[in-house]
Amino acid sequence: MKTVTENIIEVEMLVKKFGNFTACRDLTFEVKKGEIFGFLGANGAGKTTAIKILCGLWKPTSGKALIGGFDVYTETNKIKKNIGYMSQKFSLYEDLTPVENIRFYGGIYGLSRSLIKEKTALALHELGLEEVKDLHVSAMPLGWKQKLAFTVAMLHEPKIVFLDEPTGGVDPITRRQFWNMIYQAAHRGITIFVTTHYMDEAEYCDRVSIMVDGEIKALDTPDKLKEMYESQTMNEVFLKLARG
Amino acid sequence: MKNLLGFVKKEFFHIFRDYRTLLILFGMPVVQLLVFGFALTNDIKNARIAILDHSKDNITSKLTQKILSSGYFILAQNLDSEAGIEDAFKQGNIKQVLIFEADFAEKIEREGTASMQILADASDPNVAKILTNYTTAIVSDFQRELLADKKLPIEVKTEVRMLYNAEMKSVFMFVPGVITVLLLLISAMMTSISIAREKEMGTMEVLLVSPLKPIQIIIGKVVPYVLLAFVIALVILILGYFVFGVPIRGSLILLLGYSLVYILLSLSLGIFISSVVESQQVAMLISMVALMLPTILLSGFIFPIENMPWPLQWLANVIPAKWFIIVMRGVMLKGIGVQILWKETLILFGMIAFFIALSVRKFKIRLQ
Repeated sequence: MKTVTENIIEVEMLVKKFGNFTACRDLTFEVKKGEIFGFLGANGAGKTTAIKILCGLWKPTSGKALIGGFDVYTETNKIKKNIGYMSQKFSLYEDLTPVENIRFYGGIYGLSRSLIKEKTALALHELGLEEVKDLHVSAMPLGWKQKLAFTVAMLHEPKIVFLDEPTGGVDPITRRQFWNMIYQAAHRGITIFVTTHYMDEAEYCDRVSIMVDGEIKALDTPDKLKEMYESQTMNEVFLKLARG
Repeated sequence: MKNLLGFVKKEFFHIFRDYRTLLILFGMPVVQLLVFGFALTNDIKNARIAILDHSKDNITSKLTQKILSSGYFILAQNLDSEAGIEDAFKQGNIKQVLIFEADFAEKIEREGTASMQILADASDPNVAKILTNYTTAIVSDFQRELLADKKLPIEVKTEVRMLYNAEMKSVFMFVPGVITVLLLLISAMMTSISIAREKEMGTMEVLLVSPLKPIQIIIGKVVPYVLLAFVIALVILILGYFVFGVPIRGSLILLLGYSLVYILLSLSLGIFISSVVESQQVAMLISMVALMLPTILLSGFIFPIENMPWPLQWLANVIPAKWFIIVMRGVMLKGIGVQILWKETLILFGMIAFFIALSVRKFKIRLQ
């Protein structure tokens, strides 16, 4: 492992315009390796657009962005191999079993058959899914789907995992358990880039950025932000910023 | 290549685990073909008629005999007076009434002319028309027999032969039609729905974020449906051939080749649809309304295009099925090949290129 201060995501003056509308305006930030980076903002603040650019799905209008050292303009293929992605929808195939889901996603990332087998056994064991491994995903409770989706997103051992509102619609206890998984991943040196609506979750992040109307209005550790905005909770910070 | 195989396998899981769809996929061709083949024929046999004979002489009874022995008609009742006609029709089981005027034979003998009236139930205009045509044909035939012993000043003899479908079986038209409709249904509707499902479930996002290229995603989604559609085309051809005796006079290879081209065309349509919709419901609705209806109504499958008003005839030109049906009938029934069907072939390929280009453009706009 290299130094802790190594930047895995570097974004500078990133702009994305759709016609006259500017979805992202001059975004500048960096994320360190192994960091849990919270990316907050109200709906329509430009979070999704930013994530799509960082994942190599969309090209920015101008500015610079390096993901794991790869350029979002020219090296999207390399970016894609090095990132994992999980959304609120959990993105599993409901009519396949957990094992088939793992096998499929392992396959599209080009993992070898033996590696997939090994990973499958490990995942089933860790998630306690051995009993339900022949059940279709549609029959599983939401919390299990969420954990399975996270495991699937981590199959190819990406350097960065993008989590787009990964805890939407999940109960508090399951959310807590899910954050434990996130901590473990971060502990192994994987960078977590997470968006969320739950302000209590923002407190779990190492650093948090808050986006308002396409711009990053604040970026620091949760404690410093609370101090800066004289607030007790991240929720207050968020409201003060969002209301301008 | 390896990850593509996994993709295709996964797609087959989707298809085979959805029992209802699978049942529809394989049940529909069989049911449609049997229904169209046995039930929905345009030929009319054993139509029930009534006869009101005011004359009751040897000529009217001979003519009646001739009409009834044709196989098209069954005598349901003999009427005594005009008063009964209305009732006979209203009860609904009689399609046609024949009325001979009084002194029929005598008038023919003396004046050389006698009249009979044909009343038909035109609440179903097609049937009425066909039946009156049958009847007048039989009557004029009878007329010629009567004249046989007398010398005619001049005579034109017509001899009719129905080429390519000597017995005028409707099923000869329906087999190509059913293939056309079903291939479109499977290829366009099923692919558009299955791609829309990935979007709806959010799995499409994950696929796009993965190292798979968009073209690989599309191919992975499409390959299973190509195979499925091809198998179903074969099933229909085999059923048509062995159950209904529909011939394949042209090259079988060519026929299968054309089927593949049409499957690809339908797939490109399906991909185009899925590139504009976000949900399975909308994909299904568009496939049904924008594809199925025009294909059934305007492709010449059931209703002849020549009889349509010109705006519809013009519209029919942009419907892929129209060209495929021409090709299918040409190859199956007439036994012709590409040298005659080159125009239709070019149009089919042109349409594929058009829809793929459109989808790619749409996709690029989304990526910008």
